[in-house]
Amino acid sequence: MENNNRKAWLYLLPAILFIGAFLVYPLIDVFIYSFEENFNFASGTSTGVGVGNYLHVLRDPYFLQALKNTFILVVITVPLSTVIALAISMGLNSIKALRNMFQTLYFLPYVTNTLAVGLVFMILFDCSEQSVGLVNSFLSLFGVQMVDFIDGPYAAKMFTLCLYTIWVVLPFKVLILTSALASVKKDYYNAAKVDGTSKWRTFRKITLPMISPMIFYLVVTGFIGAFKAYSDAVALFGTELNAAEMNTLVGYIYDKLYGAGGGFPSYASAAAIILFVIILTITCINLLVSKKHVHY
Amino acid sequence: MNKNIDFKRIERSAAIRKNVLKTVTYTMLAVWGIMVLLPFYWMLLSSVKSYAAYNSEYVPQFFTLSPTFENYVKAFTEVPLARYFLNTVIFTLATTAIMLVVIVPAAFAFARLNFKGKNLVFTLFLALMMIPNELVIITNYTTITNLELRNSFTGLILPSVMSVFYIYLLKENFAQIPDELYYAAKVDGTGDLKYLFKVMIPICKPTIVTVTILKVIECWNSYVWPRLITYDKNYYLVSNGIQEIRENGFGREDIPAMMAAVVVISIPLIILFLIFRKKIMAGVARGGTKG
Repeated sequence: MENNNRKAWLYLLPAILFIGAFLVYPLIDVFIYSFEENFNFASGTSTGVGVGNYLHVLRDPYFLQALKNTFILVVITVPLSTVIALAISMGLNSIKALRNMFQTLYFLPYVTNTLAVGLVFMILFDCSEQSVGLVNSFLSLFGVQMVDFIDGPYAAKMFTLCLYTIWVVLPFKVLILTSALASVKKDYYNAAKVDGTSKWRTFRKITLPMISPMIFYLVVTGFIGAFKAYSDAVALFGTELNAAEMNTLVGYIYDKLYGAGGGFPSYASAAAIILFVIILTITCINLLVSKKHVHY
Repeated sequence: MNKNIDFKRIERSAAIRKNVLKTVTYTMLAVWGIMVLLPFYWMLLSSVKSYAAYNSEYVPQFFTLSPTFENYVKAFTEVPLARYFLNTVIFTLATTAIMLVVIVPAAFAFARLNFKGKNLVFTLFLALMMIPNELVIITNYTTITNLELRNSFTGLILPSVMSVFYIYLLKENFAQIPDELYYAAKVDGTGDLKYLFKVMIPICKPTIVTVTILKVIECWNSYVWPRLITYDKNYYLVSNGIQEIRENGFGREDIPAMMAAVVVISIPLIILFLIFRKKIMAGVARGGTKG
């Protein structure tokens, strides 16, 4: 291939302009913002450089609430959704009839608007004076005390958030795991059958190792996605997440930037960088763990 | 003789076990299927119940004998749903179109042309894929605010255009086209641009379609950026539109009307999905990220 420098850069120019303006420049700027103390949005001035923004954020009770909520959400939904997705995918892979229909059906939540369907979840789970949602009337059939899952106790709200998050993330995981399972060679299973290997042992010694790279991929993306949870919470509890005690880290960033408690891009930047560091740390830990447990 | 009986018994118990396993599997799959469908059924059902009927049932009913379309009329007349809808269509089409114009030449340059610093630039692009949106959105917000582009389509669209990952996806696909085709075209005196449009794009059409659909889904559902950048209702997209409807639209109690709005904004993507089912699922398996 001959060199065609100028032409190549011309082809790349639009992409570079967009990336430069909306990706690279903001990336540098966010670090600068986060260290500028007492930045004034209107006049664009600050009083100096320091870690004041970080200290402010780390002492903010709303931030700590958001941190706690996000951690609970991550710890519950990532393992649970992966295990459920694995069970569903194994089920899908073992059947022939209706398989396509189920696959299509399971993927449906992926293409729906999180905020719109969240509203439906809100109605299914609520329990107000005007009406009782479906879930509560179902529970009362078994004599369980009705709970307002949307505007009630913390644990109930967290339960709804976790459930909705799992509902939203499962399509992607099922899709990935189903294709991973389908790509495991039948020869291995046949060989195991000849040896009279039990189902559990086949699963542990053949299936799991063969699909471990994909499981690992899902765990990594799952952690990242769950740490960035936000619109699911808005969909269920509305935009005033702090008041509902249901804010997430990303929600905290946006609230600092805009909205009722907004107008503080420096605090938002500091919080965003803290979030980024958390995600980076978790991903590195994941990578280290995977070296030991992921085969080939 | 004894052995024969044993054999039959083993066979029978194996068959039973297989059937039990099958039943359990299908039950589990069906239960999850119902969990997935229930919200959709519920929004459809609630949207055709009249306001009076919905509120008179303290315990919700699973069907209605007198479906009504009054909620859909309400959704289009009492709140600016049509406006939100139109805004989203404009936003989605413009963003996707601009993205294609930007990423196709870039992918072409990476796949086909040779230039100084190509590997360095490409590596930088790949590294940028790791950057979470939350980190750059803060400055983008100030940029757009300072340019006084809030409440405008320009402000909505520009920062939403770029998807580095799709450049990568397209570049991989372009690179699979054999070099011989390119040289043959060169011998015939075909220019690069013509080659790109007459050969590469037609060959890679499936990938381009996939990228387009994924971008359309992403745009249609985008919430965070529109919420930050628009506070004038005339520029709301469906996501913050539905949030607005929920908070001060029909009033909190008029759930059927709310559900009608939810159905209306959910339908386009569901239709898109049913048409391009295979393409979307294959595309997401290759490069989707959500959750």
